[in-house]
Amino acid sequence: MEALKQELKSKIIEVLNLEDIAIEDINDNDPLFGDGLGLDSIDALELIVLLDKEYGIRLADPKQGKAIFESIETMAAYIAENRTK
Amino acid sequence: MQKCYINGMGCVSSQETYDTSFLESVEINTTENIVYAKQPSYKELIPPAAARRMAKGVKMGLAASTKALKEANVEVPDAIITGTGMGCIEDSEKFLKALIDNNEEYLTPTNFIQSTHNTVGAQIALGLGCKGYNFTYVNGSISFESALLDAKLQLENEEENTILVGAADETSSHTMELFKLVNIIKKESDQPYSVLDSNSSGVVYSEGATFVTLENVKKENSYAVLEALQIQNELNIDEVESFISSFLEKNNLKIQDIDVVVLGNNGDISFDTYYTAVDSLFDQIPQVYYKHLSGEFNTASAFGFWVAASILKNQAIPQVVKMNSFEKANFSKVLLYNQFQGKDHSLVLLSKC
Repeated sequence: MEALKQELKSKIIEVLNLEDIAIEDINDNDPLFGDGLGLDSIDALELIVLLDKEYGIRLADPKQGKAIFESIETMAAYIAENRTK
Repeated sequence: MQKCYINGMGCVSSQETYDTSFLESVEINTTENIVYAKQPSYKELIPPAAARRMAKGVKMGLAASTKALKEANVEVPDAIITGTGMGCIEDSEKFLKALIDNNEEYLTPTNFIQSTHNTVGAQIALGLGCKGYNFTYVNGSISFESALLDAKLQLENEEENTILVGAADETSSHTMELFKLVNIIKKESDQPYSVLDSNSSGVVYSEGATFVTLENVKKENSYAVLEALQIQNELNIDEVESFISSFLEKNNLKIQDIDVVVLGNNGDISFDTYYTAVDSLFDQIPQVYYKHLSGEFNTASAFGFWVAASILKNQAIPQVVKMNSFEKANFSKVLLYNQFQGKDHSLVLLSKC
């Protein structure tokens, strides 16, 4: 799980072009949206594509996104449970 | 009819033109067939959260427009008019590459959103909170001049009072490779590259952004007046002389009324003959060239506009842009002529304030 979290942080930094942020700057329980990383709705779309492309997970219900994308911790847990690749 | 004053300008180019005085420090390239723009520090200009999604062309445009507005002491213009030849080509390439690489799946929104030609004008408007007229002209090498013409008509007819007009174009790897394949860009074997002493076809390609604040009132630090401009899609070499003569006639001017002519020579021997035709018309006044400094791209003529307006404001021609040795004590009227590959001809007339 720890390796998955590190991988996820690295991919998020790359996909979302977070130039000034390093893996160490993101805590597992920091909120991704709002006060934490400060991501926005376009980033949410990028994260949905990332889940599909990298882990073979298609979100059927967009409402699920709010809980899944709460933090690195919640994202990693969901990926570990649902990944198809 | 209102006059059209150039009250502020900002220029990002392959030279140090953003933070320095007019061409005080230049480097003449003879070895690179693609020259990249010197990027200003964007940290003070663009919030990091916004900058992370912006391509180079958008950032250059934002920087140039910020300076143009600041010089004119304008916070929010009435309108924003942009010219670009290839728009945000870097994001277009990324988007299309992702489309092919991922078999038309997994398309992400950011590159798509940023890949349109009007992204530069849109991002400037978003940053300023400008909800006025916002238009982008994509007309090859007369994109900037088309934007200027729109702005000039609106100011003269008092539809707007303050208009931010500019141009931005960026290089991108795949497009540059294609340009090399079709010989738009000079070959490595053509080195050393030169604009005036060239013996090869093709150009040294580059990128940049120039923005201008145009207003219908003169200010203390106004650069010049935009008097007239004309664009023409195609001309034969033997028609250039009459194109210029009739333009001057329409503006009640004679050849001898022009103090400086600024030419768009780019070192492509196949098409610089158009400028040779102009030489004989203006063989008794200072001639200026600039693409040895800016490189060639669809909106490089905006760099020439920046040079011409700065000459009128400073009443001096930097040695590095002089094509001949004629001197003049005062400069009242400057004529710019540009074309690319025998197409997209433009004439712009500026006068001293």
